[in-house]
Amino acid sequence: MKLLNDDLRNQLKEVFQDMKDDVTIAVFTKSGTCNTCTETISFMEEIETLSDKIHLKKLDIENDAELAKAYDVQMVPSIVLLNKDEAYVGIKFNGIPAGHEINSFIPGILEVSGSGEQLPEGFLKQLETVKKPVNIKVFVTLSCPHCPGAVQKAHKLALENEFINAEMIEAQTFDEISNKFNVSSVPKIVINDQYEFVGNQPLEVFVEEIQKTQA
Amino acid sequence: MNLNFDFGSVKKSPALDENILYDVLIIGTGPAGLNAALYAKRKGLSVGMFTSKMGGQVVDTSIVENYLGIQQVTGEQLVEQFVAHVNALKIPILKDAEVLKIKKDEDGLFKIQASGFKIYRSKTVIMTTGSKPRKLGVKGEDTYLGRGVAYCAICDGPLFEDRNVIVAGGGNSAIEAAIDLSKVAKHVQVVHRSQLRADQIIVDKLKNIQNIDILLETKIVEVKGDQLVNGIIAEDKSGKTIEIPTDGVFVEIGYLPNNALAKGLVELNDHGEVKVNLRAETSLPGLFAAGDVTDVPYKQIVISAGDGAKAALSANDYINKMK
Repeated sequence: MKLLNDDLRNQLKEVFQDMKDDVTIAVFTKSGTCNTCTETISFMEEIETLSDKIHLKKLDIENDAELAKAYDVQMVPSIVLLNKDEAYVGIKFNGIPAGHEINSFIPGILEVSGSGEQLPEGFLKQLETVKKPVNIKVFVTLSCPHCPGAVQKAHKLALENEFINAEMIEAQTFDEISNKFNVSSVPKIVINDQYEFVGNQPLEVFVEEIQKTQA
Repeated sequence: MNLNFDFGSVKKSPALDENILYDVLIIGTGPAGLNAALYAKRKGLSVGMFTSKMGGQVVDTSIVENYLGIQQVTGEQLVEQFVAHVNALKIPILKDAEVLKIKKDEDGLFKIQASGFKIYRSKTVIMTTGSKPRKLGVKGEDTYLGRGVAYCAICDGPLFEDRNVIVAGGGNSAIEAAIDLSKVAKHVQVVHRSQLRADQIIVDKLKNIQNIDILLETKIVEVKGDQLVNGIIAEDKSGKTIEIPTDGVFVEIGYLPNNALAKGLVELNDHGEVKVNLRAETSLPGLFAAGDVTDVPYKQIVISAGDGAKAALSANDYINKMK
């Protein structure tokens, strides 16, 4: 089943013309029990055809356990965006980035390709002090128009600082972890499984919460 | 599975330039801001915009049926068309931008400070910062924010599949939220302190839905819970207290103006809305306002869009008189 129609394909091709470097989409799936894996793979196959700079790697969380560990992949389907050197830059999508989340996924590819805009200097300065590992989980639903904004901010922070990694988690597919963090409004942002806030808050709030983990 | 691709937001737009003195800078990209941009650009003015969310609150609306010329459209599709129209004019937009401060200097020019210590300059400013959901203001509401208390039915609805929810409110947004939620939730209880004031056509739709009940003249006084929300306490007209078990409380009781930038800068009314005159002028010359942030009654997409156009034309007159 195709997710993209001709109009959308053309729009995406135009957007991908702004890509600077190559990007590899590493999709982790598992045979058998995963409901959305097949659909996620076929969606990524469609995305791959839209630019010569996009490459797809299909991986299995069990057979490719070493890579899964390297990228800290713990659920399927999970999509990791790798840069031109096929290196992990801390950007992950758990669950199919369809619905509104396409609006965080496509910009994610552009960012990893190096064509994103730099964060304002004030934030860069604040991030320089981050030297301990930070994990940002952004819980979303696919029908939430505010969620991609929060995912983009988290991913942007991950790109700017090597100690930060950020992941989108689609709350309905991964209900167990969502329940664990009491997710009942999205976007819900959880930092190092400890500090949390709700809503697509300004970058200042993300940075403030991140700094709490550095004490 | 569908895709809600927002080309207008994802496609790179021209960058806003700190070295340019703009004719008009517009803060906000809801219907008021977008229409102001369209009108200003067509007048030949140099225009820049700041946005934190393209389309503003319209994207949270599932269906729009009262925009003239368009019988039925999703909020999102309507925004897409608005944004495509404005993007065709190649207007620079600073995305994900928090505007921190507006200042008018002695030389009569405006300086807008955005996050990251960036300063942009303009001859006029149009403030279209919109509004945010009003809170109930009862015990437990903040405690359970994100733990059962929600303000966006289309966002959080899916998390309440087969559960019981309460919608607080009786206006169009509340009734539309109840209808949306009835598709996923087991049962939807609308609780409103007075009579329904939603459009009759929407109320009629609601009355045909089996799993929605309406409780009127009942005031919510507390949201209760443990880890998550598990009920509300309400008071009926006679003052009798009742307790209703529920898994979620969706608050849809109207809006409060996003007036942080306006405070101390221009006159506000008792509700905190920016006072504007017939020409969308605020109390500070050169600063115009339109849409939900203003004291113009009836918060509607078509009214905001119209007032946005008015503000742009008014700003154009102001600039012509500056010369």
